[in-house]
Amino acid sequence: MQNGEHFGMEDETYTDIDGKAISLECQSHSGFCREFTVSSAKVSISRVMVYTCAVWMTAYIIFFFTELLLFQNTAVLSSAIIITLVGMMIHIHFVKVDHETLLVIGSLGVQVSSSYASGRESTDFIEMDKIKDIVINEAIHMQRVIYYLCILLKDPSDPSGVSSVVPLFQSSKPRLNCLVKVYRSCQEILAKC
Amino acid sequence: MVLKIFFPQCCNKADSGLLVGHWLPGQDSAVVLAVIHYPFIPGQVKQYIHQVGCVGVGWKNEEAGGEGKTKEEKTGEEGDKVIFVHYEQRKVMLSQLHPTDPPVPLTQSTSELRQVFGTVSQSESLFFLDKYDDSPVKLTHWQSEGREGSIIVELMKQASTPVCLLTAWILVVCSLSVSVSRILNVFPLRFISSKLCSCVQLSYRTEHLQTVSSPTRATSHTDYMRKANIFMSFLLDVTLGLLLIYWLYRENRVGQLANALLPAADRVAKELEELLQWLMGAPAGLKMNRALDQVLGRFFLYHIHLWISYIHLMSPFIEMILWYVGLSACLGLTFALSLLSDIIALLTFHIYCFYVYGARLYCLKVYGLTSLWRLFRGRKWNVLRQRVDSCSYDMDQLFIGTLLFTILLFLLPTTALYYLVFTLLRMVVVMVQGVLQLTVDFINSFPLFALGLRVFRSYTLAEGVKFSVLCEEPGTPLHLMMDINPLKFSSVVQTYRTATYSCYPKDSWLALCKKLFLGELIYPWRHKTTKID
Repeated sequence: MQNGEHFGMEDETYTDIDGKAISLECQSHSGFCREFTVSSAKVSISRVMVYTCAVWMTAYIIFFFTELLLFQNTAVLSSAIIITLVGMMIHIHFVKVDHETLLVIGSLGVQVSSSYASGRESTDFIEMDKIKDIVINEAIHMQRVIYYLCILLKDPSDPSGVSSVVPLFQSSKPRLNCLVKVYRSCQEILAKC
Repeated sequence: MVLKIFFPQCCNKADSGLLVGHWLPGQDSAVVLAVIHYPFIPGQVKQYIHQVGCVGVGWKNEEAGGEGKTKEEKTGEEGDKVIFVHYEQRKVMLSQLHPTDPPVPLTQSTSELRQVFGTVSQSESLFFLDKYDDSPVKLTHWQSEGREGSIIVELMKQASTPVCLLTAWILVVCSLSVSVSRILNVFPLRFISSKLCSCVQLSYRTEHLQTVSSPTRATSHTDYMRKANIFMSFLLDVTLGLLLIYWLYRENRVGQLANALLPAADRVAKELEELLQWLMGAPAGLKMNRALDQVLGRFFLYHIHLWISYIHLMSPFIEMILWYVGLSACLGLTFALSLLSDIIALLTFHIYCFYVYGARLYCLKVYGLTSLWRLFRGRKWNVLRQRVDSCSYDMDQLFIGTLLFTILLFLLPTTALYYLVFTLLRMVVVMVQGVLQLTVDFINSFPLFALGLRVFRSYTLAEGVKFSVLCEEPGTPLHLMMDINPLKFSSVVQTYRTATYSCYPKDSWLALCKKLFLGELIYPWRHKTTKID
C-alpha cells in the first residue's frame, strides 16, 4: 500500500441492503491512517419532480374547488409553494446523507462523519483510549438479518466490559462484502498500535 | 509506538529556532507551544524554560521563510512513525472542552485531548513575551503578531468594578429595609408573599443580581457562563419591559384597559349567575334534588353578589392602580407577567372559593359513601392495622347506616354536577396562570449569552475535535489539521440553562385523575423550593 493513493475498487459494485447501488472509496494516507468513504445515490431529479407535481396538483385542485364554491383564495397556492420549498430544504439539509466517512488514525482515534446533500457535515471523533474494538454485528430487522459495522467503547469501570456501541454507515447501510473490506483494513491498523 | 506532535499553525512560518513545549506522559505525545529564535544564550533559555514550567525539547526547527519542512533529529525514530497534528493556537487556547466537569489537574488518566487543551490554556505565562520584546528570549506564538486587545473591553473592565460595588450596596440596603418592615408582621405577610408569583419573582431576581454584582472574578468557566447568562437575561428582560411600557402608555392604553376591566368583571359575574340558574333548573335534562339544588344555588349566588359589590366599590381606584402597576414593568417583563398572573388570581378568587366549597362537599360525600358501603357489607376500616376488617354491627347501627347511605347516594348526582362545573372553571384559570408562569420561566432560564457565543465564536464551546488530512507525500510523516467541533445547539441550551424555581406538574396524569375523582383539592403547579427569606 503506498501513501496517498486511491485504492482501486477492483470493479466490484457494491449495493446496500435494499439493493440500491453505492460506492466505496478507500484512501490510505500513511501506514497507519486510512479513510473509507461510502457514498449513496444522489437526490434523483425524477423523485423531486414527482413530489413537486403532486403537491401543486393538489393545491390547484383545492383552489379550483374553493373558487367554484366560495371565493378565490390564493393563500392555498402560495402555501403550497412555501410547503414545497421548505420541505425540500429540510430534506436536503437534515435528512439526505450524501456520503459517510470513516477515518482511522492509528494511536490517535477514529473519526466518523456524515455529509448531507446541502453540504453540512456532522463529525464525531472517538479517541483510541476509549475504543475496545471494531466489529461486524448481526441484527434482526423485520424479516431479515442484516450486518453492520460498529465500534465498541470501553467501560471505564469494567475493563473487560463494553459500555456502548457506535454503529457506522447507518444511512448507507452497505452489505457484508463492503463491510468485510473495511473491517479488514481497520483491523490491520488497530493491530499495529 | 507512534509519536504525536501537536504543532501550532502560527509557528509554521516562523524563523528557525528551538521548540518549546510540554511532553504528555503516557500518551507519547508532545505539545509544542512556542519557538525560541536564534541567537540565544542556552543558559538563559534554560532558566526561562524552567521558570515557565515547560520542557525544552531539544529539537532544531530548521524552517526558513515559509517552507514548512521540519527535520527532527530525535534518534531512533523513523520518519514514518511520527504524526504532526497542526492546531490553531488561539482557538485551542480560548476554547473550553465539554463536559467541563472533570477537575483541572491533568493526571495520566484524563484523555489525551483534554490534556492537550489543558496544557495550552495553562501556559498563559509563556505567551507574555514575544519576539519584539527587548528580553534575552525571543518567542513566536499566537500573540507574537501583537497582543490582542480591545479598548472597549478594557474600559468596560475598568468600569465594572465600581458599578458592581454600587449595585451590591444598593441591593444590601434594599434587602435590609425589606427585612426591617417584615419584622412587624411576620406571619401573614410571609404566607402571602410565598403565594404571590410577583414576590417570588422579585426575590429570585434579587438573588440573581447579587450573583452578578459580586466583585470577585468568576474562577471557573461554569461560574463565568452563569454570570454572563444571568446578566444577559436581565438585560433582555428590562428591554422587553421598557418596550411594553412604551406600547402601553403611548395611546393611553392603560385608561382603555381600566375602562374595559369593569364591564368584563360584570360580564363574568353575569355568566356565572346564568350558569347557576341553569344548574338550579334541569341542567342537560338531568333531574336534580330540588331542595339541595336550591340551597347550593342560592349560596353561590349570594357569593357572586358580594363579589360584584366589592368590585364596584373599587372601581374609582382601578385606573390609578393599573397605572402604577404598568410602571413596574420597567423592572422587567417577567415581573409584569407575574403581576398579571397575580391579578388574574385575585380577580378569579370567587371561582377558587366555589371550587373549594364544591370539592369539600363532594369529598365529604364520597368518604361517607365509602365508609357506609363497607358497613353495608359488614366490614370496617381498622385504623390500627390500616386495613379493612370484618365487623359485626348491631341492628340499629345497620338500620341508620343503610338509611344514611341511601340519602347520600341519591344526593350524589347533584353535588357531583356542581363539583364538576366548578372544577372545570378552576382548571381554565389554572391553565392560564400556568401558561404565564411558563413564559416567565422561559425568559428566566434561557441562556442567551451561551447561544450568542455558539453563533459568533463557535470555537469557545467545544464538544470535540475533527481531523482532516493535510498533505501526503511518500516518505514524509503524516500531517493532520485539528479543528474544533463546536457544541450542538441543543447541548448548549441544556448545559447552560439557569436553574430556576420552575413550575412543573406535581402529579402525573393518573394521580391527577384519581384526586379529581375523590374530590381532593388539587394545586397542579408546584414551585421548586427556593430560599425565601
